[in-house]
Amino acid sequence: MNVIFDNIPAYLTGFLMTLKLSLVSGILALICGLFLAAFRVSPLTPLRALATTYVELLRNTPLTIVFFFLVFVAPQFGILAPLGFWTAVIALSAYTAAFVCEAVRSGINSVQFGQAEAARAIGLTFGQSLSLVILPQAVRTVIPPLINVFIALAKNTSVAAGFATVELMASGRRLATANPADTVWVLVGVALFYLAITIPAGILAGVVERKVAFAR
Amino acid sequence: MAQPTSSVATPPGREDVPGEPLVVLSKVNKHFGALHVLRDIDLTVHRGEVVVVIGPSGSGKSTLCRAINRLETIDSGTITIDGAPLPAEGKALARLRADVGMVFQSFNLFAHKTVLQNVTLGPIKAKGMKKADAEAAAMRLLERVGVADQSGKLPAQLSGGQQQRVAIARALAMQPKVMLFDEPTSALDPEMINEVLDVMVSLAREGMTMVVVTHEMGFARKAAHRVVFMDGGQIVEEAGPEEFFTAPRSDRAKDFLSKILTH
Ligand SMILES: Nc1ncnc2c1ncn2[C@@H]1O[C@H](COP(=O)(O)OP(=O)(O)O)[C@@H](O)[C@H]1O
Ligand SMILES: [Mg+2]
Repeated sequence: MNVIFDNIPAYLTGFLMTLKLSLVSGILALICGLFLAAFRVSPLTPLRALATTYVELLRNTPLTIVFFFLVFVAPQFGILAPLGFWTAVIALSAYTAAFVCEAVRSGINSVQFGQAEAARAIGLTFGQSLSLVILPQAVRTVIPPLINVFIALAKNTSVAAGFATVELMASGRRLATANPADTVWVLVGVALFYLAITIPAGILAGVVERKVAFAR
Repeated sequence: MAQPTSSVATPPGREDVPGEPLVVLSKVNKHFGALHVLRDIDLTVHRGEVVVVIGPSGSGKSTLCRAINRLETIDSGTITIDGAPLPAEGKALARLRADVGMVFQSFNLFAHKTVLQNVTLGPIKAKGMKKADAEAAAMRLLERVGVADQSGKLPAQLSGGQQQRVAIARALAMQPKVMLFDEPTSALDPEMINEVLDVMVSLAREGMTMVVVTHEMGFARKAAHRVVFMDGGQIVEEAGPEEFFTAPRSDRAKDFLSKILTH
């Protein structure tokens, strides 16, 4: 147990990296996911097809494969420096964006169809209908599943450990190597730090869900 | 059966004479899968004219309305508004829709916006009007349809009749060239129907061009220049309201009228 308290600085460094990965990837995934969702409901068939293909592909690929692709395959085509923070961010946000898209899309579908028709009928463009009429009404339905997507993201950052980003999992691995007798406690410490991110997010999801239930 | 004449200069019914052609449908066809919902529709609505569309459920009345502002695409034929053919998607289509007001059976007011915001959203965002100007204009319209005192409320706090009057104000706020009404009173409790019809009658009297899908004979008699009877995706008969309701020519119209009259 002491191994946790003795190595707080190492944990904290890893924890902060995990937090940074989660936040940066989360924001990027949110932006990309919103655009993907807009494409998926757009009146233009090519945009719809593009977004659908992307989402189905990324959603059904293990995250590790996405990392492998970026780190080992993409550089062969002259794309990206392998390894490092931004590679992890790109892999994580590309992967998470697919899930954000699906959460947002189900929210969009929960808004009565007549709302979109009325918006179009008064002369709003597709983008205006979406941003001024549909999305504000979809937010309630979208936030709880979205928080779950971000909780998954926080946990998924651990995959970056395998690709030379020293986040929480990688710090844990180093500590375990240095303290072979205390491996279990080292890992308990790692888990506790992940919980420090995911539990508050879970509580937030619960609060929002209850608020939504009242508002209906 | 007489073919509908779509170029009547003086349609029977009302005494005033509508102007030049504003909405022109020519040989319009539309399918939903195997279902042929609009069959060779020819229809001309003149400036200032009020056309009531009547017919059994499923005859294609809503589809006709929705095709006019391209909420529904058509398979063949042409639709022009004020001489210009309907644009495909994009900004041009959005502009066209601003010229064609639409009132739905289920109101479709924006649920997250106040009554006032419902009316100002289009003018501000689609027409680039200043907020203050849009609000002043919106209040005048709300006054006109008799719901100015509700302007700060959300749609859900209003009665059906009030909501539909707000929906009319919302459409009018775009200063449309023509207004489409798709069964505007059929979702309303009976005691609220007249407050909506009254607004529509006064709109008609002020010279608004209107296409109204409705079974309200009182409205047709008071306000319509022409009644168009649809059945099975076709325009079966066109006549002035008095003539149509008292002496329909086609058997299908006779049959239909006998059914709605016995109700
Ligand atoms: N989006 C749609 N998809 C498939 N069929 C439709 C759709 N909209 C309407 N229809 C069908 O087209 C026919 C005409 O519908 P509609 O124009 O709504 O008739 P009306 O308004 O006269 O009752 C009906 O048989 C209806 O079931
Ligand atoms: Mg209908």
